[in-house]
Amino acid sequence: MRGPLSDRMGAALLMAPLLLFLILAYAWPFLGVVKWSFTLPTPGLGQYHALLTDDLVQSVFIRTLRIAAIVTVVSVTAAYAITVVWVRGSPVQRVLAEFCILVPFWISVLTRAFGWVALLSNRGLINTWLQSVGFISEPLTLVRNEFGVIVGMSHFLIPFAVFPLASAMRSLDERVLLAARGLGSSRMRTFWTVFVPMTRSGIIGSALITFVFSLGFFVTPAILGGGRSVMIAELIYLRIFQSPDWGLGAAISVVLVVFVGALMALLFRYVKPKQLV
Amino acid sequence: MPTYRPGPVSLLLAVLVALFLLMPLLAVIPVSLTPSRMLTMPTGELSLRHYRSLIEDPRWLDSILLSLRIGIVSSILSTVLALTFSLGVWMFQPRFTAALVGFVLLPMVVPPVVSAVTLYFLLTSVSGVTSFFGYDTWLGVAMAHSVMTVPFATVLILVSLSQLDRRIDLAARGLGASVWERATRVIMPNIKFGIVTAALLSFVLSWEEIGVTLFITSVNAITLPRLMWMGLRDNIDPAIAALSVILIIITVLVLAVRSVITRQRGAR
Repeated sequence: MRGPLSDRMGAALLMAPLLLFLILAYAWPFLGVVKWSFTLPTPGLGQYHALLTDDLVQSVFIRTLRIAAIVTVVSVTAAYAITVVWVRGSPVQRVLAEFCILVPFWISVLTRAFGWVALLSNRGLINTWLQSVGFISEPLTLVRNEFGVIVGMSHFLIPFAVFPLASAMRSLDERVLLAARGLGSSRMRTFWTVFVPMTRSGIIGSALITFVFSLGFFVTPAILGGGRSVMIAELIYLRIFQSPDWGLGAAISVVLVVFVGALMALLFRYVKPKQLV
Repeated sequence: MPTYRPGPVSLLLAVLVALFLLMPLLAVIPVSLTPSRMLTMPTGELSLRHYRSLIEDPRWLDSILLSLRIGIVSSILSTVLALTFSLGVWMFQPRFTAALVGFVLLPMVVPPVVSAVTLYFLLTSVSGVTSFFGYDTWLGVAMAHSVMTVPFATVLILVSLSQLDRRIDLAARGLGASVWERATRVIMPNIKFGIVTAALLSFVLSWEEIGVTLFITSVNAITLPRLMWMGLRDNIDPAIAALSVILIIITVLVLAVRSVITRQRGAR
């Protein structure tokens, strides 16, 4: 049996296992979560009403947006600085920059958060050193607050911010930069008026990826925030496991997905998926 | 030919960022050598007791074995599912391919915490039916990890398929090869590297998965990251520092080997 019919059957047979797996193990339970958000504890829109009126939920949403915005600015700026050297540096500089980007990228989020605890806690490296030099007499509070969360999240997200920037910088025509320099423009001026504007799509992609990732971040804020700087993801966890309020946890999840979906739609209007890797 | 190189200011800024990126990884080394039972900097003498406790404390060993088992099972499952799906897409180019691939990539795009709530819903619903497979069982965790890693495996295999010359498949087809023969004897040998990479990445992602695991385990299925999490949240155990140092060394070694291999492939 040859021809279009057997082709369609072959495709269906090969593609079916994964599609079935994800329908049963992902799509169906997601609909279950959506159902929770409308039915627990009582049927109706009560949970969504609570989202709009509850002071605690509101303050967590605002804090999450604020932290995500700060982390985005910090990560994209830092990523830009190291990507310039990774893409345009001498061969040795490139290898070193790649090492500094890829090693943290492959190390687990827990190890990295733990490294920051070891550095920033009251008896950590930084406080021990500052005290032994006599700079300070009391340890500085660097962790279990928003500062620690921002530092840890930026550290996690810099490698992710690097990839769209690198792809934008690689596709940039070097002759344009040399022309600007040849016409007498200074290094600084060439960078700000030629290089940066020409990598705009990379900056937008990098910022949106970082922002979207920050919104749903769980592990780093939970460890470095020490329960004092709760973000949306940790609030969902607390609603489901501590207060048990599954309905509210589910409703926050649904809102988060819708919000992230809208941001992604925005992302793909400005950047082609190919430019992100 | 002149080239456009970063100037001194760019280099200085890049060095600062590089230091920021490496600092927390270096900081765990002195902490892991402290003789104290608390998380402190060693003052004077050094000790390897926290490295010893990784081997001697059965909790660490048990969780390492559990994470290995879950990683291997979930990696096999997601690689097989990703491979059959990608072969279907590449060989038959069905209609709605973009939508189907988009659907498969969802667990990669949706915020992990939402996937975690979703898988929590799934496994608690299944738990009512069987105790062998569901909330807080190792099989349940392995399956949940497969959901999370299968998009990554699919992307890797689709990428290596896209670099394959379609004409070799057309030739096999013209010579009368069946779908099975084309897949196993023509296409798969040519994307070996991609399949192995997909399996390895799935394993690594499962090995270090924590966001979803936290939602779907409580006391029985304590994976290594889950145990680290417990040690980090309550009383910080310096054994975590020792474990972190070992994990960092493994990562650096693997990356070094990989860069040597890629350079050799490039040189040929």
